[in-house]
Amino acid sequence: MFAYYLHLALRSLGRNRVITALMVLAIAFGVGASMTTLTVLRTLSADPVPGKSHRLFNVQLDPRPASRSMPSTEPPEQLTRTDAEALIRAAKAERQVMMSGGNAAIEPTRADLAPFFADARWTTADFFVMFGAPFAAGTPWTAVDDERAARVVVITRELAEKLFGTIEIIGRSLRVDGTEMRIVGVLDTWRVNPHFYDLNTTVYGTGEQLFAPFSTSRELKLSRSGTTDCWENAPEPEALGAPCTWVQLWVELGSMSAVANYQDFLTSYSQDQRRAGRFEREPTIRLRSVVDWLAFKQVVPSDVRLQTWIALGFLIVCLINTIGLLLTKFLRRASEVGVRRALGASKREIFTQLLIEAAVVGLAGGLVGLLFTWIGLGMIRSQPTTYAALARLDLPMLGITIALAVVSSILAGVFPAWRGCQVSPSIQLKSP
Amino acid sequence: MHLHPILSTLRRHRTASALIVLEIAVTCAIVSNTVFLVQERLSRMNNSSGVVEDELIVVQLTGIGEKPDAAAATEVDLSALRSIPGVRHVATSNMVPFGNSSWNTSISTIPDDPNTVNSAMYFGSQDLLEVMGLQVTAGRDFAPEEYVTLDDVQSKKAQAPAVIITRGLANRLFPDKPPIGQPLYVLGKNPQTVVGVIEHLARPNEGTGRENAAYAIVLPLLAPYTVTGNYVLRADAKQASQVLTSVDTTLNRIDRGRVIMGRKPFAEIRREYFSQDRSLALLLTGVSIALLVVTAMGIVGLASFWVQQRTRQIGIRRALGASRGDILRYFLLENFILATIGIVLGMALSYGINLWLMKAYQVARLPGTVLPIGAALLWLVGQLAVLGPALRATKISPAIATRAT
Repeated sequence: MFAYYLHLALRSLGRNRVITALMVLAIAFGVGASMTTLTVLRTLSADPVPGKSHRLFNVQLDPRPASRSMPSTEPPEQLTRTDAEALIRAAKAERQVMMSGGNAAIEPTRADLAPFFADARWTTADFFVMFGAPFAAGTPWTAVDDERAARVVVITRELAEKLFGTIEIIGRSLRVDGTEMRIVGVLDTWRVNPHFYDLNTTVYGTGEQLFAPFSTSRELKLSRSGTTDCWENAPEPEALGAPCTWVQLWVELGSMSAVANYQDFLTSYSQDQRRAGRFEREPTIRLRSVVDWLAFKQVVPSDVRLQTWIALGFLIVCLINTIGLLLTKFLRRASEVGVRRALGASKREIFTQLLIEAAVVGLAGGLVGLLFTWIGLGMIRSQPTTYAALARLDLPMLGITIALAVVSSILAGVFPAWRGCQVSPSIQLKSP
Repeated sequence: MHLHPILSTLRRHRTASALIVLEIAVTCAIVSNTVFLVQERLSRMNNSSGVVEDELIVVQLTGIGEKPDAAAATEVDLSALRSIPGVRHVATSNMVPFGNSSWNTSISTIPDDPNTVNSAMYFGSQDLLEVMGLQVTAGRDFAPEEYVTLDDVQSKKAQAPAVIITRGLANRLFPDKPPIGQPLYVLGKNPQTVVGVIEHLARPNEGTGRENAAYAIVLPLLAPYTVTGNYVLRADAKQASQVLTSVDTTLNRIDRGRVIMGRKPFAEIRREYFSQDRSLALLLTGVSIALLVVTAMGIVGLASFWVQQRTRQIGIRRALGASRGDILRYFLLENFILATIGIVLGMALSYGINLWLMKAYQVARLPGTVLPIGAALLWLVGQLAVLGPALRATKISPAIATRAT
């Protein structure tokens, strides 16, 4: 029966090509626009550390003085260097890293390359294991390197190939800000989007190319990037004890009880600091998982969400349009339906037949819509925004596109098909 | 033309008419809102920077490692850049309007005031105002002896004696007295005296909120290029492209061990800064056009159906003496009525959408001027879409009336 209805649908659609084309185009437009924006939205709200995003937590404390008229409900988003180093030393979590963004001036040994700057991260040894950074060669540096402020670096494959033309460079030396550093590891291609562990330096992008111990960066006074907030005049915000927050601290906690324990630890740490006179406020702490942190920081640009709403509105207009066109099409077939009814077809059968016709329109619309989505994403990628390059159509979205088109056109077909099958056989047979 | 026959026909095709009205209403609501959003973005892109944009070139430079002689090198750089043919003035600057990276400070008119105003803090070498083309409209520019080095200020060996502020900041801080000669607490416990007012100087970014957009100050602080990071060149607009090509060679001749991060005319800085607004405006325009096209397709489809359905009726009217023009006008008027109902509903809907956008996305209130634009667009699209089917209707021969179908 299905095959027969399909055959009828194709014949009917072929009979009135203009209306069919209009319907297919309308569905394709709506689906194309919606899927383009939904793909962007999905890309931007992707999980940056799949499988670990519920185990990693950002730490916030409130070291600010009580006197200033600053809101106390939300502590600063970063830590002071003093607190970050104290929490790393305490080592109360499974793993913990402290870090800051930086700029590394690189002086290549190759004569044909001029000195240039690379985005860098000054961090501690656990960084790579904790965030799942893949190594193409070598290993991370060790906790001992952190302690001794060793002159070691890990660089990306991209940077290694640019500088040396190979990744077999473990143990070789790289000149960073006038200091020779030993290369201990080369990272394989690794994109963290959104750049959750420090949203001040970048949100969507290619990430850092060079990693070195935090202690080394402070000893050499390597340049920093990111946000610094001071509540007093501080000539050297990076100094130990400076009244400035600029360090991020992330911890890995494996279970609910570990999270609760760590929260207790942070509260008691704050109380200790208050007793010692360093903190002045009631302990206010935050321990946000990656997911909560991204939601709190509202990383998905509001422009993108706005576009998604507009595209869905567009889809609605396209569906109203399809309802209207299907209605005219089905009503025009009143005489044919009358004949089939007179020959014994039930209303239900007619209804099914008409719905299948709507679904065929939807399928065609979905295929053309896929083309529009592809063109739309190409246009998005050509935009200068940082996230643009990430927007790509993948297999699940491809399936959703077709499904959206078919389901929405069947929904659009329900009312016209119901109207279309309300034909009384006798009347239609009377008219010649 | 009598409305009665049209209305009674529409009443008989209630569902189809309702669908067209609904489609026009939703389209009208979305298009009104997108037209408004596009207008907002376009007007943002035209925000004034306050500087002579078409004469400015910004060079970003940074050193590698410790540069103990940076202050002297800065002087060498400045005079070398000044000698490039076509360059009229050169200065260092810690930031530029729309340059994104910004130095901000909290200022107040009384010491230790908790209610400070957040302001952008510009500083650079002596010609900075001249280079940027900023006119001092009240008071004066800094005197040469007022300049101190940033180093001395940070180590508390010296203090900046003077400050120049924008008109917007002057109005905010001194609403009822002339600002010249007033003390302002910018850096620490000792005030700077306001010596001049400039009309406008845009901030590098809007990170601190729209209400602070007009607040900027200029301080007489000197710092080497390793701190300020920017050289700003003012050149004849016609020679700007030649100047641009000689910047790198000029600077590299002095010291090759530095990194020139960028050299661009101000127009490019503006373009990059507003690129997101431009792409959203383009996208919304595209969506609006597509929406109108889809709506037109719906109208074409339904109108063709009606024309076909009413072939006999039209033939009879023609046989009874109606002219082709009468038939054409009938269909145009019918569409006009449907469009009007749709537009009225759509306007109510667009205010609803706008209210929601205001809450969710901090969009401003929809101005009344947008509604006539939305209405006109939909009337136009409706009339154009129905024209084809209506012209086909006029070709129906009166002889049809005599045939039995």
